[in-house]
Amino acid sequence: MSAHTDTMLYLDGVSVAFDGFKAINNLAIIVKPAEMLAIIGPNGAGKTTMMDIITGKTRPDAGQVLFDGRTDLTRLDEAAIANLGIGRKFQKPAVFESHTVWDNLEMALKKPRGIFSTLFYTASDDDVARITEILETVRLIARKDEFAANLSHGQKQWLEIGMLLAQDPKLLLVDEPVAGMTDSETEETAKLLREISKTRSVVVVEHDMSFVRDLGSRVVCLAEGSVLAEGSLDQVSANPVVIERYLGR
Amino acid sequence: MLTQALFRALDKKAIWVIAIFLAVAVLVPMANLLIPPGQFGHVPTYLVSLMGKYLAYAILALALDLVWGYCGILSLGHGAFFALGGYAMGMYLMRQIGTRGVYGHPVLPDFMVFLNYSELPWFWLGMDNFWFAMLMVVFVPGLLAFVFGFFAFRSRVTGVYLSIITQAMTFALLLAFFRNDMGFGGNNGLTDFKDILGVSVQAQSTRATLFAATAIALALSVLVCSMIVNSKLGKVMVAVRDAESRTRFLGYRVEYVKLFAFTVSAIMAGIAGALYVPQVGIINPSEFDPANSIEVVIWTAVGGRGTLIGPIIGAIVVNLGKSWFTTTLPELWLFALGALFVFTTLFLPKGIVGLWHQARDRMRRRTEPEERPEPPTPAQSADIERGEDPASFGHEAQPKPAE
Repeated sequence: MSAHTDTMLYLDGVSVAFDGFKAINNLAIIVKPAEMLAIIGPNGAGKTTMMDIITGKTRPDAGQVLFDGRTDLTRLDEAAIANLGIGRKFQKPAVFESHTVWDNLEMALKKPRGIFSTLFYTASDDDVARITEILETVRLIARKDEFAANLSHGQKQWLEIGMLLAQDPKLLLVDEPVAGMTDSETEETAKLLREISKTRSVVVVEHDMSFVRDLGSRVVCLAEGSVLAEGSLDQVSANPVVIERYLGR
Repeated sequence: MLTQALFRALDKKAIWVIAIFLAVAVLVPMANLLIPPGQFGHVPTYLVSLMGKYLAYAILALALDLVWGYCGILSLGHGAFFALGGYAMGMYLMRQIGTRGVYGHPVLPDFMVFLNYSELPWFWLGMDNFWFAMLMVVFVPGLLAFVFGFFAFRSRVTGVYLSIITQAMTFALLLAFFRNDMGFGGNNGLTDFKDILGVSVQAQSTRATLFAATAIALALSVLVCSMIVNSKLGKVMVAVRDAESRTRFLGYRVEYVKLFAFTVSAIMAGIAGALYVPQVGIINPSEFDPANSIEVVIWTAVGGRGTLIGPIIGAIVVNLGKSWFTTTLPELWLFALGALFVFTTLFLPKGIVGLWHQARDRMRRRTEPEERPEPPTPAQSADIERGEDPASFGHEAQPKPAE
């Protein structure tokens, strides 16, 4: 029992196979409260599948997935897990394109999700202030009334990060947040994620090594569904197995 | 809470639509009852009932639009809810006939006497009370939609599979209601109505009142739909339509959102059916015909889904066309309907309402020539062809084609 108290996310012995192919194989990962973890690894290493397991999209064949040291995530569905306080940003920006930037954030804002409380919801002054604050953080305040479809790729990424902030989760799962961003936007994103990780746990999946370096966090390298190496970025990237399997010659 | 929701519902466009139908509810019966026949402005009684029928169809189309245009559920069985509401009303009207039937039985409707029923089946009990029958108009379609939707949406049946099972549902009901021993009059259905609330169904004033009731019901339906689609729940419905699983990861229970929309929509369809039956004077199992439900989809598509006014326009325009065709060129009607659907799908993806928006945008562009966008790059052209070019999106909600 002692192993998983005081953890925000605890995965142990997790395996899942699709048609006999082991996408995740005896995976063990721990994320502590207010800690950032960067996950790197080659394509097909199981990074996105791992996120699917945590958020309830995929059920593992075996293993333990605990949130906040006690809640068994394998028994819950996506909506229940999201309401526990796990927010996810997708690899491909998944914003609601036929809604305005403002409405995207309003829907994400942490509020009762029931049918009737949603039907009769009216934004309070606090809610408006909070959404405005998030818009400023993700620098979309000038475009708040535009349809999300009209944003650039990088702005959609930021909007999705904004939606994560609006959900006020305890654990953020961020899949390739800087794909399609300029260098300065990438730096800003790293700064923002570091800021967030002071109060919440953050798991970032990313291929961009300079971005991972900017994050300055603990790094896990996945390959073929299990942990290949773990430590600081320097330790991991100096690991001969990692060089051979992922970073290349 | 409720007042704020009402206030939100009465936005710019909806208030006009509601005002127009409330005015129609007053003016058309007045033109029928107060202006004597032969004088300019008189609306003949047959026309009042015909328009009443169209407005009942408009409520049905609006109900379908709430689930299809806003929530992405393409129901091909909405005619079933309409027919169930109609049957509930028909049962009330049958019980009002009393001893005036051919067999003169005080309790049993004619077809039951004919089929040697000795007493009323249990589900006919209470249907002689207007309030109870009206409760059933709302309750039966609502319950069916709730139970059907609960299992379908919980099992995450979506897209074309859901469309097929809704079609199967209405077809199963069609077959069931055709059977004489179902107790609903078999393939003859329920007809030969005499009274509603103590007045003759055929009377001119009753017909005018039924028309007014239908127009008011349509105005109220627009109000309810406007309240729903302008609320945060309405935004979540559109989110479900466009990116269902993403909405789940935000913590919304997609199955309940769909269930809510589907049930509200079925209740609206049931009310439309109940208003339709006394105006046409008959309800029979052919109302469950899957082709009817598909026709509703065509009305909605032609008018413009994802808007509140679109399905109303579509229902009225297509049915005007149907009335004209079936009297002058009856054998060509189905071809015309098919051609209309193909034409709409190919050239008017956003329906008549979309056409109006296109025209308005073009006008605006003509007045501001310097803002004309550059010709699209090849990549953008490809986006436009796939209908994914953001710039070609209007300012209305953007329905995606049903999967």
